[in-house]
Amino acid sequence: MNNARQFCTFYLDHLLFGVESQKIQEVVTYRELRPVPLAPPVVSGLMNLRGQVVVALELRRQLELPDRPAHLPPVCLVVHAAGGAVCLLADEVGNVVDVEDETFEPAPETLSRRLRSVILGVHKLEHELMHVLDTDEACEVH
Amino acid sequence: MNDADDIVKEFLVESYENLDRLDRELLQLEKNPNDREILASVFRTIHTIKGTSGFLAFNQLGAVTHVGESLPGLLRDGQKALDRDITNALLAMVDTVRQILASIEATGGEGERNDDGLISRLTRLQGIPEAVGKMEAPREGKATAAAAGASEIGGAESSHSGAGRSESGNSMAANSKAGNTKSESSEVSSPRITLEEAKPSRTLSAPAVVAAQPTAPAAEAGDVQRVPQAAAGPSAADRTIRLDVGLLDQLMNLVGELVLARNQILQFANSTEESGLLVPSQRLDLITTELQEGVMKTRMQPIGNIWSKFPRTVRDLALGCGKQVRVEMEGQETELDKTLIEAIKDPLTHLVRNAVDHGIERPEVRQAAGKNPEGRLALRAFHEGGQVNIEISDDGAGLDQERIRNKAVQKGLISAEQAGRLTDREIVNLVFLPGFSTAEKVTNVSGRGVGMDVVKTYIEKIGGAVDLQSKPGEGVLVRMKIPLTLAIIPALIVTSAGERYAVPQVSLLELVRVEPGAERKGIEMIHGAPVYRLRGRLLPLVYLNRELQVGVERPGVKRCDTDNQAVNIVVLEADGRQFGLVVDEINDTEEIVVKPLSKHLKSISVYAGATIMGDGKVALILDVLGLAKGSRILAEGREHNQVGAAEAMAGVANGKQKLVLFTGPGGARMAVPLELLARLENIPGTQVERSGNQWVTQYRGQILPLIRVSHALEERRHLPPGDDVQLPTTAMLQVLVLEHERQSFGLVVDQILDIVESTLEPQSPATRAGVLHSSVIADRVTELLDVPALLRAGEQYEPVMGPIRSEES
Repeated sequence: MNNARQFCTFYLDHLLFGVESQKIQEVVTYRELRPVPLAPPVVSGLMNLRGQVVVALELRRQLELPDRPAHLPPVCLVVHAAGGAVCLLADEVGNVVDVEDETFEPAPETLSRRLRSVILGVHKLEHELMHVLDTDEACEVH
Repeated sequence: MNDADDIVKEFLVESYENLDRLDRELLQLEKNPNDREILASVFRTIHTIKGTSGFLAFNQLGAVTHVGESLPGLLRDGQKALDRDITNALLAMVDTVRQILASIEATGGEGERNDDGLISRLTRLQGIPEAVGKMEAPREGKATAAAAGASEIGGAESSHSGAGRSESGNSMAANSKAGNTKSESSEVSSPRITLEEAKPSRTLSAPAVVAAQPTAPAAEAGDVQRVPQAAAGPSAADRTIRLDVGLLDQLMNLVGELVLARNQILQFANSTEESGLLVPSQRLDLITTELQEGVMKTRMQPIGNIWSKFPRTVRDLALGCGKQVRVEMEGQETELDKTLIEAIKDPLTHLVRNAVDHGIERPEVRQAAGKNPEGRLALRAFHEGGQVNIEISDDGAGLDQERIRNKAVQKGLISAEQAGRLTDREIVNLVFLPGFSTAEKVTNVSGRGVGMDVVKTYIEKIGGAVDLQSKPGEGVLVRMKIPLTLAIIPALIVTSAGERYAVPQVSLLELVRVEPGAERKGIEMIHGAPVYRLRGRLLPLVYLNRELQVGVERPGVKRCDTDNQAVNIVVLEADGRQFGLVVDEINDTEEIVVKPLSKHLKSISVYAGATIMGDGKVALILDVLGLAKGSRILAEGREHNQVGAAEAMAGVANGKQKLVLFTGPGGARMAVPLELLARLENIPGTQVERSGNQWVTQYRGQILPLIRVSHALEERRHLPPGDDVQLPTTAMLQVLVLEHERQSFGLVVDQILDIVESTLEPQSPATRAGVLHSSVIADRVTELLDVPALLRAGEQYEPVMGPIRSEES
């Protein structure tokens, strides 16, 4: 049990991603965001999370994926980041999975340097690969 | 174990407070060496620490305070006179105690210490403590008995024990012999005594302190002296409680939420027909407002809390550099938010250290200069217009302007040419530039990387402003303006491109609505730089939509710059400059709760934070200063206003500059920086009068000297004699009211042409005095006037003309 980890999974452009479950504060349905003019493109806006103003970051942009089609409402993963709670926008939420360290492989060198800082590696699940996100990196705006 | 930890923690907190008080009291004593009240209090404070340390078995602490407490006892009884040696030794003891406490806090133990030096120093200073202790006991006992209202219980029997007082109290209330029932003794005497008593009585159980018997009674004597005073009402200690700041922060957050919920309910109540909701919602409104004020008050702290450390700091510093400095404080009770207090602590300390280290001269130098050998450092705080003003002044040597000038040039902060043009006031404010330090050698207190630029940054970060004035030989005055609180602020809500923004009301001056049609010509778009004539004065306009790059193309959204729409102008002031912010709609004023922006958005200077509106939506709070800088209303970068103006004159600013174009004699095109322009006026020639040999006019209750471009630029001796005396005809004069170094004067020009934005590349050097250089502006060769030179020329020629202070100053 000592090398088992639990991940919350979610999809982005049909790719499976995972974030260590203790990093996730909560998952909330999408609500209207307050756009922030002049902000970097990754910043989708600000959200009122029970009286707290939380910044929402578009993970697709963070991971250099194509923008989400307009008809797909995103889901908000509220994660604990270094500077407080940050909301990460994803396509949809998947299962919670338990994985062993043995199935992990680091990100291949062929990924861009920027992506390799966000994607730590993959866990080889039975049917697909789960990309492991570095939450702190994913919450950084560059 | 946990209990013990709690006791230690409480002891630490209490002792730190006591030590701070001790610092203060010892310094007071230096001034009034015979104040028995203070002496008694000093004794009691040391004694309390000693007592508790014995109880908690901190032996080293006990040993130090044991010898330390005897000295004030001797002083109080006139056995010894207070001198500098004794004060130094006592302060050294305070420092040692602090060190031990810090060690206890960090490691839980006192650590390996050797304080024998201090102990022997203290012992040496006190002479014959035993004899004194014995002499004192009976007198003390009588006083105690009197206070307890039981004169038949003589002092004699109580003198056999260090806990004599509590025993005499107990023997009245109950026939108990042990001195452990403190509550009973409190019934007889006063609450004040109970509190003081609590600690000394613990000493009974600590063997280390029993040895302190001869002096222990003196502590009680001190208590007794306080009785009449304490009996009048509960002491401060009884009326206050100690709270965790975290709890207050939490309360503040909750009140913030409540304010939001209140706003929501009010909005709903006003829109609904249900009258039953109206009354309770109004009550809710009232209560929330009061609660908010109350909670805000809990966070308010007197500025004296941070000032109280300064006398000690100053004393040590002054001794260190062989100076004599007297600290004067005014307005210690001025309150401001705790977070702000903490934020200004370091900058203030820095300024105080600076003043002592660099400002105030050595006594012999002061005497030679005809000043009191004792320097004066004054701290002053007061409320003004919803802000707290803090002034730190000294009567030292003041700033050496030549040295600052040279240093700034040498460090490449400004060019030599610029330096020559700066005024004294601008020069002294150069010390706020990053990388500036005139300290020639690194001393104990300066040259450690905390420069004046850090002071400025700190103050600006909390929405404050700092300014420095100095007269050579007369000292330095640093003035800060700090907002009262940062948590909840009144703000104006405006809409731009369909989204709401909050503008802090502090920077709001007025609202102007320009109706479509006739009034429309109030706004002029000159060469892409929109200005509005607000009561004759040109107000540069900033379009929020454009600054934020939003909404201009959005269909269906009202655009502010279409011709058939009314224009809403929010007149704002940032760092002394006014500008108009054009928004789509002006909604309402509201109390908003400032929520910090996450670090992702911190770099966007136009936002100061975010808030949640009554409908639960998020709105952004605009940073007026950032907005002004972003739109070049204020010169970019962090230079001060005056410096910015100076740079504009020197024509070295990298970006574009806004200029006022006009024609001078012979139709020549000329320009001055818009920054210097206060107003454009048409003055009838009939209103021009003579004063001495110059032209003046009465302008807004002041006398405004007039300088004619045509004359200022010519060699005066070439003018036909008598020409200057001639008054102008009745024709209207076009006058640029310029402001330079807080002096106003009118520049009479032939015709005002335009306001343009242009880079100021000097394309040909000046051909005559009063002109900086010539450039091609708007396809014409234009001379840029050297305003300070014009002023100087005017002053030389017309000595009667004193500088006239503008009304804004």
